[in-house]
Amino acid sequence: MSGRIQLADGGGGTAMQRLIEAEIRPLLADPAAPLHDAACLQLPAPPLAGGRLAFTTDGYVVQPLEFAGGDIGGLAVVGTCNDLAMAGARPLALSLALILEEGLELALLRRLLASVARAARACAVAVVTGDTKVVERGKGDGVFVTTSGIGVVEGGGAIDPSAITAGDQLVVSGDLGRHGMAILAARHGLRLQPPLASDCAPLWPLVQALLERGVRPHCLRDLTRGGLAAALQELAVAAAVEMHLQEERIPVLPAVQRAADLLGLDPLHLACEGRLVAVVAPADLAATLAVLEPWGGAWIGTVAPQSWPMDPALCLPPDPAAPLLVLRTRLGSERMLLPPSGELLPRIC
Amino acid sequence: MEVCGGQTHAILRTGLHQLLPPGLRLIHGPGCPVCVTALATLDAALALARRPEVILCSFGDMLRVPASDGATLLAARSEGADVRVLTTLIQALELARAAPQRQVVLLAVGFETTAPATALLARQALSQAVPNLSLLTAHGRVAAAMDALLQGETPSPLQGFLAAGHVCAVVGTGDLAALVQRHRRPVVVAGFAATDLLRALLACVRQLEAGQARLANAFGRVVRPEGNPAARELLAEVFEVVDQPWRGLGWIPAGGLALRAPYDQLDALRRFPGLALQAGHGGGACGPCTSEPLPAGGGEAQGSPCIAAAVLRGLALPPQCPAFGRLCRPEHPLGAPMVAEEGACAAYHRHGDGRPWARGGDRRP
Repeated sequence: MSGRIQLADGGGGTAMQRLIEAEIRPLLADPAAPLHDAACLQLPAPPLAGGRLAFTTDGYVVQPLEFAGGDIGGLAVVGTCNDLAMAGARPLALSLALILEEGLELALLRRLLASVARAARACAVAVVTGDTKVVERGKGDGVFVTTSGIGVVEGGGAIDPSAITAGDQLVVSGDLGRHGMAILAARHGLRLQPPLASDCAPLWPLVQALLERGVRPHCLRDLTRGGLAAALQELAVAAAVEMHLQEERIPVLPAVQRAADLLGLDPLHLACEGRLVAVVAPADLAATLAVLEPWGGAWIGTVAPQSWPMDPALCLPPDPAAPLLVLRTRLGSERMLLPPSGELLPRIC
Repeated sequence: MEVCGGQTHAILRTGLHQLLPPGLRLIHGPGCPVCVTALATLDAALALARRPEVILCSFGDMLRVPASDGATLLAARSEGADVRVLTTLIQALELARAAPQRQVVLLAVGFETTAPATALLARQALSQAVPNLSLLTAHGRVAAAMDALLQGETPSPLQGFLAAGHVCAVVGTGDLAALVQRHRRPVVVAGFAATDLLRALLACVRQLEAGQARLANAFGRVVRPEGNPAARELLAEVFEVVDQPWRGLGWIPAGGLALRAPYDQLDALRRFPGLALQAGHGGGACGPCTSEPLPAGGGEAQGSPCIAAAVLRGLALPPQCPAFGRLCRPEHPLGAPMVAEEGACAAYHRHGDGRPWARGGDRRP
């Protein structure tokens, strides 16, 4: 096998078999098991009488493929497991589909796959099935990864935005924007001092700790693309509520804030890959903070009823940009926090 | 008036303007370089980007600005144009070296804050004889725009200026001293943090209450009266002062910087002769007092309700515009100040100002 991926490696013939046997099979939960067209999963014991499964899928197209604190392989595992965790589900099994670009260095692929294996161990999830395709040079971006995940809903029922009500409390699990800034820094060649590493990390342990402590979150959301602003905006639109945030309570590392100021970006628009916001009843706030504060978590605000009539010409819900997030600034004034409108672009001066 | 878009943005982001006493009103200046870049320059950039041999690079926020035909550089990229976002201009030189068979064109806009970087790049490109790099420049001079605002036909309500601290850090405060002499209004050099802006505002109000008009520096930790001599020298070597059109404000005497010989051989308009800007940079629609409404895509530019010219001159605040937030939004701008994030209308829109909301208090139970 040469040092680079070739078209034949995805052609279904012996070259592909060699690639799968040598590089991909060792990732599987049971490397010795015969390969078949589909994986059969053992339901967890005791069998789920009336229990529920959570199922999610996500495509990963990040550039650069390797960045400070992670890479696309680990991200594809952790991101999908985190989506399961947000539904209150313990990750059970993952699929892994790779689209490789002809010419990809084999050494890089090996590093990414090792990262997949490490992340799967950290998430306690099994990679049970997968697919590998190779596209012509110039028709991919090195590697595209798609993972789908199945999880078992624990603690009595799925978690979704419909349970959010006015009076609920908002808690984030740690400082915001680090992953997004690490990627932007790598992409734009910014040499930040000190360097920032991605916050990519599994969230199920936090969710499990919350559930074990008796917290029944009204909703959980991981703060990926679009950051806190986009996540809360989606929840506020879905639940037809407003959210009132206290700027000084929102944890952002000084290094992230400085770099964001430099680029003219809002840290609350930057992606995280290991952070969640928990929406909990006031009675659950103390227990939630007891679990999340040791991880760097913090109370950031409150859910409120929509307090002024929507002007139909201006924004009729479910307008995704309806002004529903009110931020109380450090100076004591108030402003709206809107989700980012599109690609985050550094400004001129 | 706070002159710089970065200051406008900071004021809206911190909500500083909500906390001012009655009788003290901040008017937002034209200091957003993306907003005031002339349409003709954008049209030229788009035309260049669409040529297969060209790699068009610029700062990120130029990519969203609609040109005459409503198209943006982002849209051109989706249609196959090679458009790159730079974070430092030297990357343009690296791009040109890495792709000797392509023509790298840098769309270089901005005020005196970004002009030295363009000048440095021009000097390096020339000294290293990089044959495939050219510059499409639209650098504006802020003091000239401040002067023009006070000379319009409509009497200006401006009683004082908070000058742009980073511009003064480069060019010094000489032009501002002349402005104070000419127009008898206080000018205070201001920074960008809320406390910097408050300090400058206080200095300005004290002068007004005492009936004075002086140049003061409330950003002394950064700004020296002589500015940055090395940067000024570089600017004088590479650029000459020219009249220039500002989108929304019209032609401003001595309002811009153009490449001077021998650096003008890097001028993209010379490199690509077919591109000569229509009627100079400005175009006929860009008179001294008129706004230059953006094409709305659906032919709505005719009879546009946009009041950008009044906003840019301090005669109106963005929420007073009938189109604000309705017909005119960042993804569909009618006027220059909604185009880029640091424009006044975009800042109001982004931070939800001008909308019916008002609350207070810590809501933690």
